[in-house]
Amino acid sequence: MSGNWVEVCAADEIDEEDVIRFDHEGRTFAVYRSPDDEYFATDGLCTHEHIHLADGLVMDDIIECPKHNGRFNYKTGQAKGAPVCVNLKTYPVKVEAGSVFIAIA
Amino acid sequence: MGGIVIVGAGECGARAAFALREKGCNGSITLIGAEPHLPYERPPLSKDGVKEQVQPKYVADAERYATAGIDVLTDSPVKAIDRVAKRVELVDGGSIPYDRLLLTTGARARTIPGTDDASRRVRTLRTHADAEEIRRELLPGRKLAIIGGGFIGLELAATARRLGVEVVLIEGLPRILSRAVPAEIATVIAERHRAEGVDIRCDMKIDRIDADDAGVHILLANGQSVDADLLVVGIGASPNTELAEAAGLMIDNGIAVDATLKTSDPDIFAAGDCCSYPLCHYGDRRVRLEAWRNAQDQGTLVAGNLLGADEPITSVPWFWSDQYDLTLQIAGLADGAATTVRRDLAGGAFILFHLDDAGRLLAASGIGSGNVVARDIRLAEMLIAAGKRPDPRALVSPETKLKALLAA
Repeated sequence: MSGNWVEVCAADEIDEEDVIRFDHEGRTFAVYRSPDDEYFATDGLCTHEHIHLADGLVMDDIIECPKHNGRFNYKTGQAKGAPVCVNLKTYPVKVEAGSVFIAIA
Repeated sequence: MGGIVIVGAGECGARAAFALREKGCNGSITLIGAEPHLPYERPPLSKDGVKEQVQPKYVADAERYATAGIDVLTDSPVKAIDRVAKRVELVDGGSIPYDRLLLTTGARARTIPGTDDASRRVRTLRTHADAEEIRRELLPGRKLAIIGGGFIGLELAATARRLGVEVVLIEGLPRILSRAVPAEIATVIAERHRAEGVDIRCDMKIDRIDADDAGVHILLANGQSVDADLLVVGIGASPNTELAEAAGLMIDNGIAVDATLKTSDPDIFAAGDCCSYPLCHYGDRRVRLEAWRNAQDQGTLVAGNLLGADEPITSVPWFWSDQYDLTLQIAGLADGAATTVRRDLAGGAFILFHLDDAGRLLAASGIGSGNVVARDIRLAEMLIAAGKRPDPRALVSPETKLKALLAA
């Protein structure tokens, strides 16, 4: 597993209850910091119309797509109802020495 | 036991059908549509859908309807509603009983009288079939004329330019988008279209339109004329109220419903583009919205009310348009604004906030590349819903997070 960890950014570059976009080797991810200061990562594109979720709004444990307000729980990837019906893939995240890492399978 | 029947298989009807099951409806649900397709999303039709889509973008596939136990009747126009027998009569002779009925009959494109020509060179864009027919004509080097500088016309113009089609857009009023968008934003959009080579002509009255196999000839009142291979008329939509009207339901710029989306018959509800309703947050003024998001919100809410929830609609109107790489998003209604302030974002994007004379936020309209305005427009929508009176200086300053104003 350890070989798959990729550094995203410094932990304080993501505000609390916010999200950033992270592109790596042709793939795009969304990396979140929750209101209770935990970090999470999902695929970067909405499962409805391939919109970058990092332009969307984080509220508690929900990320809302900026285009059509499709909602996902970013901690679990679960789609929360119309218009999205396909869950988001999630990735393990760790914070070490002030940096955020995600495990890209 | 008649169950719930939904007339109109678009975004709103489909959403309501699924929401009924999500909210615990155990009875039968029948969704009836006049088109040959399962419910599909209309917003792509004037955007990428007219460029490349061969299949409609379905709201859900057949399996999901089957799994949810929703009977979908396609190709089944409805002839009449019999409110006494509580039955829906189909044109093909079928008859379906209901306990409760939902009308999501949508709207249809307005046309210019006298332009129904046999050559099919004058079209409107509302359905997947319309988009397919128009797509076949959008070949490089062809010339497209569009009447109407509204969203359909402008989105189609952008798509047509991308396909190498020459475009002339004719608008009757002094500027494009005068009904929906502040002048400052309309200017950005018009400049972008002109830079892309669209010939926009505003303040033009049309004298006559001639169409035959050779093409379309549009004569303008100022003596100019426009020749094109195809004319698409985008001058708005009219609500499909005929069934409701014939059944004796109250009509008022659409099927008139109360805040719970109930018509003048307590067993019949209406939602989406076809209905007018009292708009919460704006003094309950009666409006009819033609918007995807409204179809979703009302479809979801009315499902609960069909089951007896009796909840009022409280959504703030929300709308978007895509043209080239530009996205416009609007939350709220700006009519009656006393003050407008501007918040500049990166890359030339900006948002206009419209406040009333008491400082309450009425609307926010933003434009920019991609989805850069989306988050702030969403937060503005929440500020409007909460009845907030944000400090205009805070709205202007990009350093102020709108989320912080929401908590204040």
